[in-house]
Amino acid sequence: MVDPENKTPENKVSPPERQYPDPKKKIVEEPPTTGHVWDGIEEYDNPMPRWWLWTFYITIVWAIIYMILYPAWPLVTKATSGILGYSSRAEVANEIADFEARNEVWFQRLNETEIAALRDDDELERFAVQAGGAVFAAQCSQCHGTGGAGVQAAGYPNLLDDDWLWGGTLEDIHLTVAHGIRNETDPQARFSQMPAFGRDGLLDVDEVDAVVEYVLSLSGQSHDEALAEPGGEIFQMQCAACHGADGAGDHALGAPALNNQVWLYGGDRASIRESIWYSRAGVMPAFDGRLREAEIRAVSVYVHQLGGGE
Amino acid sequence: MSTSEEPPRLYEAREPVFPRKVKGSFRTLKWWLMGVLLGIYYITPWIRWDRGPNMPDQAVLVDLANRRFFFFVVEIWPHEFYFVAGLLIMAGLGLFLFTSALGRVWCGYACPQTVWTDLFITVERWIEGDRNARVRLWKAPWSVRKARIYLSKWAAWLLIALATGGAWVFYFTDAPTLARDLLAFQAHPVAYITIGILTATTFFFGGFFREQICIYACPWPRIQAAMMDEDTITIGYRDWRGEPRGKHRKAEGAEALGDCIDCNACVNVCPMGIDIRDGQQLACITCGLCIDACDEVMDKVGKPRGLIGYLALSDEISERAGKPPISVWKHIFRPRTMLYTVLWAGVGVGLVVLLFLRSDLDMSVSPIRNPTHVVLSDGSVRNAYEVRLRNMHGEPRPFTLSLSADQPFELTLEGIDGATVVVAADELLNQRVYVTAPASSPAATAASTPLRIWAEEGLLGERVYSDTVFNGRGN
Ligand code: SF4
Ligand code: SF4
Repeated sequence: MVDPENKTPENKVSPPERQYPDPKKKIVEEPPTTGHVWDGIEEYDNPMPRWWLWTFYITIVWAIIYMILYPAWPLVTKATSGILGYSSRAEVANEIADFEARNEVWFQRLNETEIAALRDDDELERFAVQAGGAVFAAQCSQCHGTGGAGVQAAGYPNLLDDDWLWGGTLEDIHLTVAHGIRNETDPQARFSQMPAFGRDGLLDVDEVDAVVEYVLSLSGQSHDEALAEPGGEIFQMQCAACHGADGAGDHALGAPALNNQVWLYGGDRASIRESIWYSRAGVMPAFDGRLREAEIRAVSVYVHQLGGGE
Repeated sequence: MSTSEEPPRLYEAREPVFPRKVKGSFRTLKWWLMGVLLGIYYITPWIRWDRGPNMPDQAVLVDLANRRFFFFVVEIWPHEFYFVAGLLIMAGLGLFLFTSALGRVWCGYACPQTVWTDLFITVERWIEGDRNARVRLWKAPWSVRKARIYLSKWAAWLLIALATGGAWVFYFTDAPTLARDLLAFQAHPVAYITIGILTATTFFFGGFFREQICIYACPWPRIQAAMMDEDTITIGYRDWRGEPRGKHRKAEGAEALGDCIDCNACVNVCPMGIDIRDGQQLACITCGLCIDACDEVMDKVGKPRGLIGYLALSDEISERAGKPPISVWKHIFRPRTMLYTVLWAGVGVGLVVLLFLRSDLDMSVSPIRNPTHVVLSDGSVRNAYEVRLRNMHGEPRPFTLSLSADQPFELTLEGIDGATVVVAADELLNQRVYVTAPASSPAATAASTPLRIWAEEGLLGERVYSDTVFNGRGN
């Protein structure tokens, strides 16, 4: 309370001392505190700004509108669907459809281009390598490995080297992927069968041993000269028809080259003997019908550019 | 149940703030800064810069689609993001430096929230008049006149907001093209949506939310508390000079009063609606307008200026003791600010050096390790490498790859005859490269042999290399 008397001149004898404010004393009144104290720190009890409350109401309104428009309440079998009919599955389906529509142009181009010329168009090749890489990872890598190196112990061919059983041109690869190898379900699949020379009694143990030494000599490995000579004679009679007189193999028959350093089932003495005695061959499924033609072409381009394409 | 006691209020409506017009040196400084900052913001995207035929000619461009950032002579690729990181570190250190030396100068003069609010208040003042007229209009019941004035104010705000939101998108694509597309309603929906959102936020934050952003939404007022100390120069009220305040200067006993005549000029001009005489506080953005207002009053009543002014906490003690004022430079130059300056300059110099050292071609080689090597039919061993060539240049350039190693390696490129590839302007190219060692060479049998791949650029003869290893059969 202000005392009006105070201002009257009678009460003032001399001007009072100038009062400096106490720096410790606060000029403003402190807001009340909540009463909570942590380590001597108190919490003010200030009212919230009103717009904060509005924001809260807006979120409630938003939630109600959202529940009307979008799927919200879980029911027994599914949730309420909302009047917009939105579903994340449909959105994914749309995106996939959109993606496919954009790829369709490229698939068209793949189908219309000569197989042998697929790598001549840079743009198309880039697309094919990307698309083919995806197909390869999904369909081929189980046997041929994610890097395309195959598995020697299991007889899955390495696709990176320059040695091909059935040919390494784009057309050969395409044919192999489309129809498979030794695949009885597809009449167009290429087929060949090496006799089991030992097991079926076509050659006796000594003869097989001799042929083994001769085959070793073809790839320049250490061998027994004395045995290799008769082995060579047997080779010319029994093996040269498919593997060639010089052991260079024949892509048309899927007969591997024996005069180089790449071996599907191993090139050491024991592995070669086993191959001659029992005969070994792999089977590859046909992808015609499982993949679209454009995908088969794309994966052919992918395999061709792995490093071994002819 | 009824109680005579009023329950505590849980929510409080915003007190509208009607800052009065003020003249003075800080106001003048703020006009200039506002002009310069708004100018920079609106004009920058329209500055052209010739970079050659295949490159954008916009001086400042954030090219999100191609992931490039252009700033005059500088072009930043995504792999050089450390430049952006460095700039952000510099911005952070700069804020530390300025805050520890001069308090919240960022808030008071340069923050977009402050600049645009200031602009909106200015427009408001043009349309409605100064403080008293605005308060009167605010309190008046709704009428045609009030509606007309408010609508024209909001329309003017909306126009500014639209220009603000509109300018933003020009930083992200070629400005003239986008402007044409926008007007023809042919621009990408994202552009319209961005403009819409930024227009709405500018309109709302500048027109209605104003000081609430600083008080409730912005983290900076909280952070700055850690940056300021007793030597930081900030805005304060010399209560030892001003108190006790009082209006009746002619009355008896006025000699006992301090210099503050309690005219509320400082409160009336404050865009934050606060009273600086309560002491430096979180809500004060240190815009300096109360200094101008108070100085004007002090001039009128014939007292020295500076009742409100820039001062440091440590000034209070010495001024109360009647000592001469401490020089501003002494406050500013202290170990802390000098450390910030050194760090700031260090990062800056580092970035500039890096900028000039970097070459505009770049090669990285990643060996393909699945499988580690391939044995070819003639027994030779081949390794494959993914070579990534970057041509950070405005024209396509040929690159010739070669090897430097005393081993008899042979280098071949997938799908290309010879060893030369052409990388398009400002592009990145992935090229698979094969290195083959003859069957009998030591590299073919060893586990691994060091290998260096060179790329020589065909126009200027610049060369770069990358070191890797060759895996042999022994691997
Ligand atoms: S408090 Fe935040 S929004 Fe307000 S002026 Fe400072 S930096 Fe800008
Ligand atoms: S108190 Fe003064 S310096 Fe602080 S915001 Fe208000 S007018 Fe600006």
